[in-house]
Amino acid sequence: MSGYEARFKVWRGDAHGGGLEDFRVEVNEGEVVLDIIHRLQATQAPDLAVRWNCKAGKCGSCSAEINGRPRLMCMTRMSVFTREETVTVTPLRAFPVVRDLVTDVGFNYRKAREVPAFVPPAGVGPGEYRMMQEDVDRSQEFRKCIECFLCQDTCHVVRDHEENKAAFAGPRFLMRIAELDMHPLDAAAESGVDRKRTAQDEHGLGYCNITKCCTEVCPEGIKITDNALIPLKERAVDRKYDPLVWLGSKIRRRSSAG
Amino acid sequence: MSVVERQGWDVVVVGAGGAGLRAAIEARERGARTAVICKSLFGKAHTVMAEGGIAAAMANANENDTWQVHFRDTMRGGKFLNQWRMAELHAQEAPDRVWELETWGALFDRTKDGRISQRNFGGHEYPRLAHVGDRTGLELIRTLQQRIVALQQEDFAATGDYESRLRVFQECTVTRVLKDGDRVSGVFGYERESGRFFVLEAPAVVIATGGIGKSFKVTSNSWEYTGDGHALALLAGAPLLNMEFVQFHPTGMVWPPSVKGILVTESVRGDGGVLRNSDGKRFMFDYVPDVFKEKYAETEDEADRWYEDPDHNRRPPELLPRDEVARAINTEVKEGRGSPHGGVFLDVSTRMPAEVIKRRLPSMYHQFKELADVDITAEAMEVGPTCHYVMGGIAVESDSAAARGVPGLYAAGEVAGGMHGSNRLGGNSLSDLLVFGRRAGWHAAEHARGSAATRPVVDDAQVDAAAEEALRPFSVSGENPYTLHQELQRTMNDLVGIIRRQGEMEQALQRLAELRVRAARAGVEGHRQFNPGWHLALDLRNMLLVSECVARAALERTESRGGHTREDFPGMDRAWRRVNLLCALAGDAVALSRETTAPIRPDLLALFEKEELVKYLAEEELYE
Amino acid sequence: MATGTEPPTTERHPRAGGVRAAGRAAIAAPHLRTDRWWLAPAATAAGLLAFVVYSTWRAFAGADYYAAPYVSPFYSPCLAENCEPMKGGPNWEIFGSWWGISPAIIILVFPLGFRLTCYYYRKAYYRGFWASPPACAVAEPHKKYTGETRFPLILQNIHRYFFYAAIPVAGILTYDTVLAFRDERYDWGHMGLGTLVFVVNIVLIWAYTLSCHSCRHIVGGKLKHFSRHPVRYRMWQFAGKLNARHMLLAWTSLASVALADLYVYLVASGVFEDPRFF
Repeated sequence: MSGYEARFKVWRGDAHGGGLEDFRVEVNEGEVVLDIIHRLQATQAPDLAVRWNCKAGKCGSCSAEINGRPRLMCMTRMSVFTREETVTVTPLRAFPVVRDLVTDVGFNYRKAREVPAFVPPAGVGPGEYRMMQEDVDRSQEFRKCIECFLCQDTCHVVRDHEENKAAFAGPRFLMRIAELDMHPLDAAAESGVDRKRTAQDEHGLGYCNITKCCTEVCPEGIKITDNALIPLKERAVDRKYDPLVWLGSKIRRRSSAG
Repeated sequence: MSVVERQGWDVVVVGAGGAGLRAAIEARERGARTAVICKSLFGKAHTVMAEGGIAAAMANANENDTWQVHFRDTMRGGKFLNQWRMAELHAQEAPDRVWELETWGALFDRTKDGRISQRNFGGHEYPRLAHVGDRTGLELIRTLQQRIVALQQEDFAATGDYESRLRVFQECTVTRVLKDGDRVSGVFGYERESGRFFVLEAPAVVIATGGIGKSFKVTSNSWEYTGDGHALALLAGAPLLNMEFVQFHPTGMVWPPSVKGILVTESVRGDGGVLRNSDGKRFMFDYVPDVFKEKYAETEDEADRWYEDPDHNRRPPELLPRDEVARAINTEVKEGRGSPHGGVFLDVSTRMPAEVIKRRLPSMYHQFKELADVDITAEAMEVGPTCHYVMGGIAVESDSAAARGVPGLYAAGEVAGGMHGSNRLGGNSLSDLLVFGRRAGWHAAEHARGSAATRPVVDDAQVDAAAEEALRPFSVSGENPYTLHQELQRTMNDLVGIIRRQGEMEQALQRLAELRVRAARAGVEGHRQFNPGWHLALDLRNMLLVSECVARAALERTESRGGHTREDFPGMDRAWRRVNLLCALAGDAVALSRETTAPIRPDLLALFEKEELVKYLAEEELYE
Repeated sequence: MATGTEPPTTERHPRAGGVRAAGRAAIAAPHLRTDRWWLAPAATAAGLLAFVVYSTWRAFAGADYYAAPYVSPFYSPCLAENCEPMKGGPNWEIFGSWWGISPAIIILVFPLGFRLTCYYYRKAYYRGFWASPPACAVAEPHKKYTGETRFPLILQNIHRYFFYAAIPVAGILTYDTVLAFRDERYDWGHMGLGTLVFVVNIVLIWAYTLSCHSCRHIVGGKLKHFSRHPVRYRMWQFAGKLNARHMLLAWTSLASVALADLYVYLVASGVFEDPRFF
């Protein structure tokens, strides 16, 4: 297969405004969208801003939306498009744009800080940790996360409702809570942090309506919804929706309100 | 001139990979207010690309493993050029550094009895690499990142501000280390997002910027690897050590062109993958050098038995140190026995069931499936050498990681030289990051405390000069920085690459001199907000400086050793073992000098057999 | 500063919420997807709607639900006096004679609740009927969204109690299936096409019930240390294997239960006779 000239539309601009700009650019066999963006930089638009790093799907920097779908540019092969197709590349649309394809992903770093860290078990020194493989499997799946924030971008809870950003941690960080709650040696409970309860009370687990877009876009293939979010919801139910306890609290609230 | 935002910190860490984060954690834990500066987003550093594991003699998989054995392997791998005290500290402290990660939440793969599982790797006598599938680097960086967040949460609880004692400045680039007399006084840099300049005043600066791979065309390194730290140290007056030693990883992807150079982890071979040429022959048996003859299998049968019974068989030659394997592949391809796209075949498909491959090498399976449309459980991979790591780096004191000649400057990780000698063993870089990252953070914090009464002062003239230098690309024109970068990469790849010749290196130096002149005219369009053309124009200075050091040192060293192979001097020369090449700036020019290293301590020498030492050490060293 | 070249400003559009919120990239289109993203939610909505229409008709019909030995799964167990008598079958007159409408309503509450609060069906109808969201990265039409944080959707959290209820219901349907090995004169040793339909249905019903996320949680998912509970670990793994096919099982069991009812209806209303194998 030889090279061909492809039609691209790339969003350019910043927080004040911008729009899709048309390009015609050479494409060669085996290339990915990020290669084409780089070619645009080197030949037609030297100041085209794009964030990238490893170019091998391992760092999660080059997140963007390609033909409207959240994807990693370095893992989207040009061969998935027809030669006639116009390929549209825009920045992530759930976060404030900085410039061109670069967005301000600070939301995610703020949320990361709100999740209480791993609590080491008391009386177990370095080198004394004993964990069975079957006990770490679940959390290991979640630790494959490369923090590309595509799940955070696609999640309609914040994508379509800016006002929910304060209350909702997003799939990535709810998964982080699940990871810690399933860690065989995490001692948060002993230190007074109930991860199951706070997942719902402080990190907005209830906003999730398990419509699975996070799982659909995850480039690492992590089953975020089935293996992290739903199990976390079930764990919250353990704590909060035992029906008698729940009924009791409802009645108490009613009577105090009335 | 311009008003530049200034902040005062105790310790500034440049670089947020494994070494930088480990240094920052240590400095903060020892009470220093610490700032970390990184070019990418927090948690994206090149460390995430490390696949194989962290080498540490924990003896979980083989109880005979000790730090002494690890030390021995490291020295052998580096062909005895290693700064032996660093290799000693590294081997002794690595297990503690790994165990400490578990207390911060890391989840390594486990042994049957619940300890950290350890895997085989090239050059390591025993299974020694703590790992998580083939994404160990990601686990390392995430654990350190989350440890930093944990410390920030503590600070928030104490002060109401997450960033009061430990702050990460992400997407910022440092262009100058500032000095007060001969002491470090801070750093000058810019925010990539806005283009705004800033100065962080600090008595101690830790450089942990990684490597230089982006000066080469075929490389496994990311865009960040432009030799910034090397250049910052040079410009601040610190020398670089043994820059001629550049490791070409034997197995990078060779096809398709857009991913050429991306790493194929050594665990593929550690777990049973074999190398074949176009004749289907396992050619590595023909390339076992004399110094390694007794340690490696001579037949395929013996090699295959080793995976099951390593105590009674010798290891397969695919697991020779990286420099040997890379040269062998290079030779096979050159002699016409290569694969269709100019590599050789690396095959696991005929040696392991598909399920096992997917479980043990998940990211490799994905990488080939998605980037090359190759199913590694059904067909062989095509691989070839790729520029991977620089053994040379900032010359440091072994115990303190302090850069020589500049009080207050520290260096750790790939940017520091000496630890790996002429060739690094797989798995030793992640342990290096942790061991010397911690040491750098520790000593930087001590230094900062010692200078509390007499904090160095940032000189306005230096700040203005740095700002002017950074703005130059907007006021010149004539050269495209992208074109210059490509020419530089081609020059280094073709003329100072895996096999080196005197004439070619002289030619390279000439071209580098021309490129330096042209780089002064590298202009950019647009404005300062997230402008990649401008960023590249500024990085060019660093790449050119470092490339010149590499080429000069490579021309000077008239022998072949580890990551430095001279076609005109193919043998290892014992006389060169004691010689370090130091590269420094004299005015505007790069100057090279020789230095004789201190003799290896007798108790460490005693760990080796006399017959082995004879191969490396000169007569007079043996009988001192 | 010195070199400030102003960035381009071309498109300005009236700002609104969501993807058009201030600060985000100025793109007027609610989405830029070029594939047929609407197909999945449309098909889901059509499928669910078809079932709702059919099952409402059948549930309220109160007739043609028993053709010995087969009882429609919609009417099993039959708990009112107005049930057709089924010899040895699951009809117990717990509700007595005051119950006037179709006896299906009494029992259908449980499977209905189980499926309504099921994690898969929630996804299906949130996407298909509520368009919340219609598809990934396609803007939803709602101004406000509170998810499952408030009444009534907070009630979704009681899914596990419907799971508990679903087990005896599945048990009774299993009993029905065993009874389907009798012939129309209640003699054992029969098998007709209806028996086969019932066997397939009950297998799918059990597979769907046991693939439930709540089930997976209860049998083992809630544990911190699998290694200390080897039996529950294996149960969890089994539930997990089924759970990976929860969507498939949700649809196939939905279809099979409707089909089993339809089969009984056709035989009971005399459209055809149950073909007999032995």
